[in-house]
Amino acid sequence: MTLDQLPPRRRAEIVAIDWARLAPDEAKRLQALGIDTGARVAVAHRGVFGGRDPIALLIGRMTLALRRSHAAAMTVKEL
Amino acid sequence: MSRLRTAALVGNPNSGKSALFNVLTGARQKIANYPGVTVERKAGRFNLPSGEPVELVDLPGSYALDAASPDEEVTRKVVLGEFAGEAKPEVLIVVLDASNLEQHLVFAQELIELGRPVVVALNMVDLAERDGLVLDPEALSQSLGVPVVPTVAVRRRGIEALLAAIESAEATAERDPKAHRQWHLTLPERRMAAQTMARGAILSESSQHRLHASLDKVLLHPWLGPPILFALLFVMFQAVFAWAAPLQDALDGGVTALIAFATQALPAGFLRDLLTQGVLAGVGSVIVFLPQIVILFAFILAMEQSGYMARAAFLMDRLMARVGLSGRSFIPLLSSFACAIPGIMATRAISDPKDRLTTILIAPLMTCSARLPVYAVIIAAFIPHRTVGAGIGLQGLVLFALYLAGIVGAFCVALVLRRTVTKGSASGFIMELPKYQWPPMRDILLGLWQRAWIFLRRAGTIIFTVTVVLWLLLSFPRAAPGESQVDASFAGHIANGLQYVVEPIGFNREIALALIPAMAAREVAVSSLATTYAVSAGDDDEAAQGLIPRLQAKWTLPTALAFLAWFVFAPQCLSTIAVTRRETNGWKWPMFMLAYLFALAYIFAGITYWLAVAVGL
Repeated sequence: MTLDQLPPRRRAEIVAIDWARLAPDEAKRLQALGIDTGARVAVAHRGVFGGRDPIALLIGRMTLALRRSHAAAMTVKEL
Repeated sequence: MSRLRTAALVGNPNSGKSALFNVLTGARQKIANYPGVTVERKAGRFNLPSGEPVELVDLPGSYALDAASPDEEVTRKVVLGEFAGEAKPEVLIVVLDASNLEQHLVFAQELIELGRPVVVALNMVDLAERDGLVLDPEALSQSLGVPVVPTVAVRRRGIEALLAAIESAEATAERDPKAHRQWHLTLPERRMAAQTMARGAILSESSQHRLHASLDKVLLHPWLGPPILFALLFVMFQAVFAWAAPLQDALDGGVTALIAFATQALPAGFLRDLLTQGVLAGVGSVIVFLPQIVILFAFILAMEQSGYMARAAFLMDRLMARVGLSGRSFIPLLSSFACAIPGIMATRAISDPKDRLTTILIAPLMTCSARLPVYAVIIAAFIPHRTVGAGIGLQGLVLFALYLAGIVGAFCVALVLRRTVTKGSASGFIMELPKYQWPPMRDILLGLWQRAWIFLRRAGTIIFTVTVVLWLLLSFPRAAPGESQVDASFAGHIANGLQYVVEPIGFNREIALALIPAMAAREVAVSSLATTYAVSAGDDDEAAQGLIPRLQAKWTLPTALAFLAWFVFAPQCLSTIAVTRRETNGWKWPMFMLAYLFALAYIFAGITYWLAVAVGL
């Protein structure tokens, strides 16, 4: 399952990231913000207008907003 | 040692760095740009307990030394002492958000690895405690190998201890420059270490009710979030236009009184006319927008510092994505409703360069407050004062339509630009949503003062120069007796030529003439129309009253509508052009902006005119 399919408020672990699908700068930024394999995340909120985009992600003690297209590059496993 | 000591504040975004900077330096701040880049340089001074002054710079928030944006590039270069003309800071004050150590310790380790004197400010410990997290600074200091001082910048807590730590860090550095521990880790290793250290520093942790989580449940709620945002924006616009009015009237009255005083006090002649008609009338017409700008910024600063602005960007991201932008563009565009200048400056927060350029280029399409006097006069003169349906006035409806036309126009232009001149992969949206906190009044007041000062300085330089030049163009060569000054002037001759260009879209010579001084500031169009129609123009309002019957007599309705359409797109604002030049580092984009806005204004004024004539208005 990819992160964009993860139902809200379920805890999950990122098991793989397809970095090639992300722009290099964005990949770097996401990595700096703690997105990496092994990171534990949960979807807190989703956007309103069409496509439930963007996604507000809980990671550590942080809330991080990213687009669904980013989340689609991350494979997660529910905990 | 007589050399001035230096220190730098470094840390992740949202670590409360700026609040700490404000507390340390008070109002003794200098804000400028780093040369060659549009990154703000904030510097100030503070005194060590020994009384020795230290020059402190507040470096842009970064996640790593490996730079991903122009802001981070500046941070990296300054920290490493590679920035030309910028002293390498002797002490690094690393600011950490106490409730987000796992994240913030990653960059902190990278900075400590440099082996330079470091003091860690464990900031916002109060917010961590509010979330049920009690930390042990001593344990953290042990694992990092540098002094750690708990602080609450917004409440001035821990500042004394921080100053003492900075002083002794400097002393240690002098004795033994290699005293600090050095690791050389990779990012995943640092992240692991950060987690271990963060866990080791926790004294107690209770999963208390977290305030920000419950606020987010409401403010980011799919059905509640957007109405709350729009209600807030509605209040903001009400405030900008209604609350500012008495202050603006007072300022306007002050300028008028000053003109009257100068007219009486000085002997008639060139100097008096230059001062009253040129400088005071021109600069005064711009100064009156200060209250609106201050009120708008009070809202924007409060939204930013409370953490709500990031939520607004989150809510708006999807809509902005439709035209190839991201939620980050929302804030600058919102500011542009008061004035495009602060809006364009606010685009610095957009990391993607093409996103940023697109936002700069469409910012002038947001109806700024300077257009309001123009709209007000023309609507009052040509749109009948009657209601259309339940309590909706036709005049208000037209005004709303003009605002809407600007927004729709901006989105269409963005859509086209993103497919042509600023073509590139669709920009993403990655943004930390910071914790909510009550915005500290002192920081807001300081921010307001800085914004007001930037605005006033601009009015004193660019707008001053432009006004004087226009006045000279209108005043020379002097008219022969019996001839009108306007006809004889350089501006009059220019208008004669311009008339042929604007005739097809229904504009007359007087409008052509008004468009020239309106280059300085759009609202000047009103007073220059008034002057041209030989009304003894005092202030804009008084002139407007005399102006309305004259406009009704001289203009047709299609001409008036075309004039309104022109001002939806009208690019004539030299300050906007100047600030665009500065923010894009060259003349290419301001010239492009000027060209496309004039083209759109011309086309849409034309379409409006021809349609209005065709349907027999």
